[in-house]
Amino acid sequence: MSAALLIDILLWGSVLGVGMIAFRRGRPVFVASLREGTMDFVNIVPRIALGVIGSGYIAAIIPQEVITGWLGPDSGWLGVATAVVAGAATPGGPVVGFSIGAVALKSGGGVPQVVAYVVAWALFAFQRVILWEIPFMPARFVWFRCAVSVPFPFVAAAIAMLIGKP
Amino acid sequence: MSEPSPNNPAPGGDAESEPRPGRVRKPIGWSTIIIAALVAVSAALVWRRDGTDGVLDILTHDLSLFSGILPRVLAGCLLGAFISEILPHEKVSRSLGPKSGLMGLLIGTAFGAILPGGPFTAYPVASALLAVGADFGATIAMVVSWTLIGYGRAVAWEIPIMGTDFTLWRIVISLPLPVLAGALGRFVYVRLYSKPLAKDDES
Repeated sequence: MSAALLIDILLWGSVLGVGMIAFRRGRPVFVASLREGTMDFVNIVPRIALGVIGSGYIAAIIPQEVITGWLGPDSGWLGVATAVVAGAATPGGPVVGFSIGAVALKSGGGVPQVVAYVVAWALFAFQRVILWEIPFMPARFVWFRCAVSVPFPFVAAAIAMLIGKP
Repeated sequence: MSEPSPNNPAPGGDAESEPRPGRVRKPIGWSTIIIAALVAVSAALVWRRDGTDGVLDILTHDLSLFSGILPRVLAGCLLGAFISEILPHEKVSRSLGPKSGLMGLLIGTAFGAILPGGPFTAYPVASALLAVGADFGATIAMVVSWTLIGYGRAVAWEIPIMGTDFTLWRIVISLPLPVLAGALGRFVYVRLYSKPLAKDDES
């Protein structure tokens, strides 16, 4: 996929860029951060392995129809609230999350509800929080960030109701 | 968890071997254990439903996914380490710290929006920002901006699956959210953590 390649180029280009800046600060700075980054990588790999390899099993036992069923058509604020819970509970990666959103749209789900679902998934999908955010960030920050983000899928749904369909 | 204080900034670019605060990690935490249990139960259920073939199918698919992700995880870790090394601490705590105001939230939002890569970049970099003096508010703005208006996931997944119209429209709706989330974060954080002695009369 060319988009993935583009992102890889940007990613490694950025690494190269900041690496050069670090190198110009002097060899010790460069070597220290290189070692730090590599150690972070080594420490994180087991958890990433567990998450990525395990997520297929979790996704396989939560059938997508269950979550799609939660995104009822034009169900008002109760539907928005359900969509938020569904977004947080969706297992798997972006393919699963967006596919459920697309299915819900096609099968007559309300647009504000689908927006709430996609935003909630982006903010709280439990698998991303547990597998990526908590290993890399201080846990106190992660819980705080999640708690503070709770109103925003509802705000997004409200904006979607105000400005109408795409 | 030690918060870098704005009154006592660590020496900037020429600090050589000062250990970064806030980056100590336990090798195995409770979240790893929960996930491991969840995976084990799910794999057992898949085995009961689809037999050994079903289990192996998912395993091969996820192993190839994993090997594709690994180099990006390394890139993310290096990016985080370099950024926390080269960013001058005083400057970060001035422009992203607790007193950075709306500007700090906007900088955090812009940073999250342009950051390349996926969770393997966003979280190491956000953690590095916290370590060099950004406050919770600006870091929340950055993380929320990355997840809601960052182009990486939108280009790679959302546009192909949800369509361009929905994606752009959803991003426009999300534009104000990172700054609002960061502002709310700052508002709550100050009341929760900074003044433990000032107001204690809530019932």
